[in-house]
Amino acid sequence: MIEWYTWVQLGVAVAAGLLCLVLGLAGRQPSDLTIGALALVELLLVAQLVVALLAPAFGNAPSGSVLEFYTYLVSALLLPPAAALWALLERNRWSTVVLGVAAFAVGVMVYRMLQIWTVQGL
Amino acid sequence: MSGIGRVLVAVYGVLALAALGRSFVQIVQKFDEAPLAYALSALAAVVYVIATVALVRSGRGWYRVAWATIVFEFTGVIVVGTLSVVLPGLFPHDTVWSWYGRGYLFIPLVLPVLGMWWLAKHRPDAAPAESPLAAAERPAS
Repeated sequence: MIEWYTWVQLGVAVAAGLLCLVLGLAGRQPSDLTIGALALVELLLVAQLVVALLAPAFGNAPSGSVLEFYTYLVSALLLPPAAALWALLERNRWSTVVLGVAAFAVGVMVYRMLQIWTVQGL
Repeated sequence: MSGIGRVLVAVYGVLALAALGRSFVQIVQKFDEAPLAYALSALAAVVYVIATVALVRSGRGWYRVAWATIVFEFTGVIVVGTLSVVLPGLFPHDTVWSWYGRGYLFIPLVLPVLGMWWLAKHRPDAAPAESPLAAAERPAS
């Protein structure tokens, strides 16, 4: 896990969450912007998966439980597509809020993943 | 399920996923260390999943399932939360309900209350008021 990349990812997830929450509460339907924000969150997670798979080979191994790390990562990967699917099926303001909830949840999970990789087990 | 209820379902879904994931890790990795706490985590996780499904589905049966699961969760978070504070020795390992769901931003404490409020406000439309319920409760002949 690359620490600065993870912080950037966390920032993007929180920003996407705030964006969707504000636009949703303002009454906006899911748009290219909000769905796109979730797509970006998902893309960063996929990159994180690739990094996590490769990092141990370069001497950057998790300090904590590998199983727990990947459980979080796989769960997080499921959230943006599920929220986006919902947003496409039900186009109203609350689906935009749901996109925000998913992005925030990804943020929390990424933070936990960082803890597991860097401080757990030390 | 419409309006803000969707958000409620989404949060339930996320909590169900989180509890399921954590419980899976606990049971695979260290079930022997705290069978009671981890069995409880698993039970709680399954109940969250059922509650999520019940909130999405419509109809009288699912409405009752939703009530039962949400009341169960609320009881769980109050009882286990209180026990974990008063008798910490009983739950040396975290469950989803320890310290009233502190490890989950207290969402397990707040969510059942919102869920019960939602259910109370959105009773299923029972067309002929009492009869289907009474019929459902009679043993099938």
